Order: sequence, then structure tokens, then C-alpha cells
Amino acid sequence: MTTPLLRLDGLTKAYPGVVANKDVSFAIQPSEIHALLGENGAGKSTLVKTIYGLVKPDAGQMHLNGALFEPADPRAARAAGVAMVFQHFSLFDAMNVAENIALGMENPPPQREIAAQVRQVSDHYGLPLDPTRIVGELSAGERQRVEIIRCLLQDPKLLIMDEPTSVLTPQEVTILFATLRRLREAGTAILYISHKLEEIRALCDAATVLQLGQVVGTCDPRATSTREMAELMVGSSLHVPHKAARPEGKVILTLQGLSANAPHRFGTALRNIDLTVRRGEVLGIGGVAGNGQDELVAALSGEIRTGRDMVMMAGKSIGHLGPNARRRLGLLAAPEERMGHAAAPDMTLTENALLTAVARQDLSKRGFVRWGKARDYASAVIKAFDVRTPGPGNTARSLSGGNLQKFVIGREIMQDPLVFVVNQPTWGVDASAAAAIRQALLDLADKGAAVICISQDLDELMEISDRFAALNGGRLTAPRPAQGLSVEQIGLMLGGAHDMEVAHVEG
Amino acid sequence: MIRLEKRTAPSRFWTYAAPVLAVLLTMVCGGLLFAALGNDPFVTIRTIFWDPLFSEFAWYYRPQLLIKGAPLVLIAIGLSFGFRAGVWNIGAEGQYILGAICGAAVGLAFYPTESVFILPLMILAGALGGWAWAMIPGVLRVKFGTNEILVSLMLVYVAQNLLASMALGALRNPEAMGFPGSRNLARYPSATSWINESAGLHWGVVFALIAVIFAYITLSRHIFGFQVRLSGQSPRAARFAGVNPGLLVLICMGVSGGLAGLAGLFEVAGPSGLISIDFNAGYGFTAIIVAFLGRLHPVGIVLAAGLMALTYIGGEIAQSNLRLPAAAIQVLQGMLLFFLLAVDVLTHYRVRLTARGVA
Repeated sequence: MTTPLLRLDGLTKAYPGVVANKDVSFAIQPSEIHALLGENGAGKSTLVKTIYGLVKPDAGQMHLNGALFEPADPRAARAAGVAMVFQHFSLFDAMNVAENIALGMENPPPQREIAAQVRQVSDHYGLPLDPTRIVGELSAGERQRVEIIRCLLQDPKLLIMDEPTSVLTPQEVTILFATLRRLREAGTAILYISHKLEEIRALCDAATVLQLGQVVGTCDPRATSTREMAELMVGSSLHVPHKAARPEGKVILTLQGLSANAPHRFGTALRNIDLTVRRGEVLGIGGVAGNGQDELVAALSGEIRTGRDMVMMAGKSIGHLGPNARRRLGLLAAPEERMGHAAAPDMTLTENALLTAVARQDLSKRGFVRWGKARDYASAVIKAFDVRTPGPGNTARSLSGGNLQKFVIGREIMQDPLVFVVNQPTWGVDASAAAAIRQALLDLADKGAAVICISQDLDELMEISDRFAALNGGRLTAPRPAQGLSVEQIGLMLGGAHDMEVAHVEG
Repeated sequence: MIRLEKRTAPSRFWTYAAPVLAVLLTMVCGGLLFAALGNDPFVTIRTIFWDPLFSEFAWYYRPQLLIKGAPLVLIAIGLSFGFRAGVWNIGAEGQYILGAICGAAVGLAFYPTESVFILPLMILAGALGGWAWAMIPGVLRVKFGTNEILVSLMLVYVAQNLLASMALGALRNPEAMGFPGSRNLARYPSATSWINESAGLHWGVVFALIAVIFAYITLSRHIFGFQVRLSGQSPRAARFAGVNPGLLVLICMGVSGGLAGLAGLFEVAGPSGLISIDFNAGYGFTAIIVAFLGRLHPVGIVLAAGLMALTYIGGEIAQSNLRLPAAAIQVLQGMLLFFLLAVDVLTHYRVRLTARGVA
């Protein structure tokens, strides 16, 4: 057997109070797509940051091509041939593609040369990208291509990709996979981080599974079932949300020609959205990030006001009402961004409970806050939704992402909404918490509420939705029954039911 | 190597210790400054911070503490609402001048009639004058997105010129034989804000006390206080919670302008007595330091205002007894804010000494 490209031996890294990596050892062969699997908090990020020179391990060694590899910083890692595409892009919206790529270089050549290189690389690997376009106008998939090409220009031996498909449509995923396979043929190894098991089965040659910072197993994903891999990841059998058949309820929410201007320069305008939602149903809304999800939630929550009749609830025009007036009527929302939008990071959970529950839970009297009652309500949410925190007096910032998400969702659900709008309910949440949140959404629908779930996770939407619609460029497709929708049909809906490239030019 | 590590939650200890440490650092560096000016640093610091309270002439200086402190408290309390909400009214000095002009104008219009209604009318006019002056940057920000820092600050200079033209024109004392300045309101029984002049007690002190209690209850118990804090910490969350950001800007500007106007009115109708060209003494700017030194907390503001009043009075003693230049006292006050902001880092960050830059 040849020397592995990268060998990790007993890597250990501890942070105060938590061991992120414990004695992690595995090897990546040249020309191999190696999957790194694990739940949120399993230590995947710390591990790749170690390889990329962002984190120094407390113990253990790495060998690159047989030589000791101890990158002091990402620059050293890049020089040794390790490149990384992060989950969150670091691009400047107001600059064009070539300028963004030049920014990441040590000694950037002239723009014209970069543009030529970009064209060459994008042709070679089948990644269509125009170097003169402004990044703020690109789709998420195209932004990712900028990041990938930026890495490829360094001619890396190992490319690390952190959850690359979370923002892509199925068609864009296909393009990405073709590129990655071509890279493998060209001799580049790829460390592929994901928790989407189907993808890993389709793409990867080897897989290492992390759990609580330790390697708990390796497998050949081509010969292992998704269920087996999932159980390796979680360490127990998975709880699959239970979806009961529900009778068709009365129409509760109607959108008629809902349109709204983009709230800021890189936002998306909502265009002429028509929709009816019935009690007792879960409507899933898919779409690639940046196609109007935030704006739709804001128009429903009351953060964006629209024409009176554009939003009707139980026959009443509410498009002009603010968030608290809508809450009183039973229309509640949970936005995507937990920190700073759904919750104030430096405020206590009691104060954060007050943030949305003041109207429906009667937490104020003649304008004065009833702090005791607010604390009781926060405690009730913490208890009912199994939020791991010492108590309601702790700040939102001190909670992990999944725990805060449970609190934020629980805070709304426990107010008995008639209509509940939620954006990315399980983003960055570990598998068991995600299952609990999905179950809570289904329970809410069972009780007769209408649930509008906006998500980029298609598996999640297919799991809980009764009907499915997609957002594209601020337009909403007509909803279709979720049962029996094929991946191709979903992909076409996400792409706006016409050719994707055309849609991007328009968008 | 010194590294700063962000704390998960602001340190409770340093929240209270930072102002104290800032005062101590100011004393040390102020002492060095005075030594460089050729004064004995210990004597100077004692003159400024100790003599007004405990020297043999303290009976004279202690009432001064109320006189200097009351306008600082009134203005700083108003500013603290805006500063908590991210509304930066830097022009309280201008609103203070306008409050004084409007209030004095009402009082002078009634001269020499005697009536119990004159002072309340003046108080109303003073508050409205300051409020209206603050509404200019407020409305401009809400309607056109202008920067309220610049607009409110520039309006201070407009207000100063207005003050000069009033002192020389419309409000000039017709019996002053051409000298600039208005009639003395402190000598007009129906218009004076004095309650007991020898004790330093005037209506401004009473209003400052009421403002402190009112602010304390609003911030800790009322939903509006919650919205103010929320808007400052997370504007998006505030919008989600149903806060109307434009209205909040107007209310915060209005409250701070109104209270600054009140402070101006009480000053002109009492301690100062008359509208003169150089009537304003920088309370509006010093109150910014007071607000931050007091952690934007009503009780903290009272303590901070006391300290600043002390430096004013002690500074005057040092000027007359030790021949210290007036600018040296202003430097001392500036140092206080400077050190407070510097020490504040400790509230949010932990200082780590490391051998190497290990992440």
C-alpha cells in the first residue's frame, strides 16, 4: 500500500469544559474522497480546523506525504497543499468574482490574468462562472463556485469541504459532484464533511465517523446502508417523527398577490405570492437560500408591512398590522437567525421569553412587565422542550445553537399559535434535537394549527410536509401534495420550473 | 504576549469595578499631569477631590455640589435612554440652551406680574424648547436617514449663536443701559427656580430626583424600558418583538431633549439667573461622560454626576488657590471618560498572558 496523503495520529484537543477531539486517528489516501461524518458538536469542525492550521492540537501528530505536518496558520497549510471551502462564505458582496479571488492571494497577479485563470479552471472542471460578475448578484451555488475556484487556483493536494451542499439545489449538487469526481481523477484528495448520508453514499470512497470527539467507526459508504451509517453517527437507533393522517381543516391564512420590495440591497423582493393554508396542515416551502425566505417570514411576522389585503387571516385583513397585533390573532413566527433576530444574545432567557410572548401570555399589566410570570413562562419552555441550561436567568448567548433553537421554537409553540411560520427549524441542530423539533411541529399541526415550515433541508420537508411549494427569486410555486413528489420534480420547482441557468440570469 | 479572550457573558465584577478603577487611573495620570505643570500632585488631587467635601470651607462648597450635579443628572438620565437604544444624541448642550431661552422668554414676557402659574409655564416652555431642538436631528434621522450624531452636534453651534443674538437682542434687559444679557430671573420671585438658595436647593434638584426614580422604574419594570434595551442590543430582535424603530428614535431624542431643556431652564431661572452670551457651561457635553461613567444606570448616573460636580468645584478651587489652568480640569474630565472606555474592555474580555500565540 502507498503512503497515505494525510495521516492523523492521536489528535486531541480540549477546550475548557469540553473535549472536542479525543485521540483521533485516520488516514486519507491520494485521489480519495473521504467523508467525515458526525452530528453537530461531534468535533468535525475542530478536526478540520486543526488540519487547516487554525487550531493547534494538544496532543497527536499529522503527517502529509510521510513528512511531519504542523501548520502554524492557514497560510502554512495552504503552502503545503491543503485548501478549504468553508460552510459560510467569506466573500465581499460589492466586488466582482475576480476581485474576490485576488483578495485571498498572497501576491495577486493583474485582474486580467486572474480572470483568464478563472475561466480556464471553470471550463476544465465544469464550474460555469463569469469572473466579471458582482458577487452580491450570484446565487449561493455560484458563490460556492467562487470559493472552490479560489482553492483550485492554489492547485491543492487536499481539498476540505465543510457541508458544501447545504445551500444547493439538487441540480447544483449534481454539478458539484461531477466537479469533485473530476478533481479526484486529477489526483486531488477531498475531505468531505456532511451529515447527508445519501450524498456520502453516492460520492465518497471512505468514511470516518466521529461521535463526541472520538472516532467510533469507519466504513465503506458504497457498501453501507444509510440507516447503518446514521446509527453509527448517533450511537443509537434514530427516532423518526410520527406523522398522523389529519382531516382537511378550514382555510386559516390566505396570501393574495403578496409583493414587497427588498428590504436592503442584497435582499430579494417578494413577487405576487398567492397561497392558502389550512388548519391542521404542514406546508413545506423549499428553496435555495436568498430566494426570499427571510422576506417571506418577515412579511408574515409583520416585520415587513404590506398592503392590507395581501395577508388575510381567518377572513381578516392583517397585511398592515405589526408583529404584536398579529401575535394576538395567533400568527406566530420563528426566524432563521437565532442570535440577534429570534433572540437577543446578551439578554436572559426570561427577557427573551418576554420578547415575543408578552402579548399572548399576558406578561405585562398596564405596560409594566410581570417579571415573575415571564420567568415562569421561560422555565416552562425550558422544561417542556428539554432546553439544557441551568435556568432562565442565563443569557441566550450561553446556550448551544441546538438548545437555543429548542427554546426559540418552544417559546412560540407554547403560545398555542393558530398559524406558525418557521424558517430553518433545525439548522445547525443535532439529530436528536432536530427530531424533537420536527415532532413538535407535527404535534402542533395535529392540534389544528397551520404550520408553514421554510427550510433548505429537502429531506426534512419531505418528512413533515403535507404540501410542498418552492421559492425562487421571490416567487412561490403552486403547492403540490408532498407525497409522491420525485427529486426531479422538486428540483424543477426549486429552479422556478424553467431552466436553471436562465433563472439565474433573470434573478 | 497579551491576548484578549471574549467572555461568554459580561463580567459582573468588572461592570462595577471598572468605573472605580477608571477614577483611580484618572487620579494617577491627572497627578502626573499636574506634576508636569509644576504643581504638587498630591495637594492638587486633594484640592479637587477632597477639599470640596471635607475642608473648613466645605459648608460653602457642599451646596454647590447640588447646583452642579442637578443639571448633569437631568441631562444624563435623558441621554441614557437614547444611548441604551443606540440613539446618539450628542447635542444636549444645544437643547439645554434652547430650554433656557424658551423658558426665560416666557418668564420675561410676564415681568413684572406675580403669579404662581409663571414658573410652571416656564418649566413647560423649557422642556418644549429642548424637545423641539432634539426633534430636528430625530425627524431627520427617521425621515431621511441622516446621522443624528452630526446633526445634533452641529445644532449646538446654531444654538450658541441663537443664544448670543437673544442676549444682545430680543431678551436683553431694557434697563441694563446697553449691556448684553437679560433681566435676572433669580431676582423675580414668581420666576425663580430657587427653593432655598443657601442650601443649593432649586426645583432642578427636585426634578432630577424625580427623573432618576422615573428612569429606574421605566428601565427595570416597564415594557418601554425593555424595548429600549432590546433595541440597543439587537435591533433586528427588537423589530421582531414589535418595536417601531422610528418611533423609538423620536421618543429617545424627545426625552433627552426635554430633560436637557428642563436643566437649562432651571439653571437660567436660578444659579445663573440670566440669559447671557456665555450662559452655557458645557453641562450638555459633560453629561455624556456622566451617563457612561454611571453605566447608563440611573443610580450610577447620580454617583457619576456627584463625581463630575466634584471635579468642577474642586477644579475651581484649584484654579484660584493653586493657579491651575482651567483647561487642566477639562483634561482631567476627558481622561475619566478615556480610562472608563479603556477599562471597559475588561468587562467583556478576559486578559490572558500566553507564551506563544496558541489558538
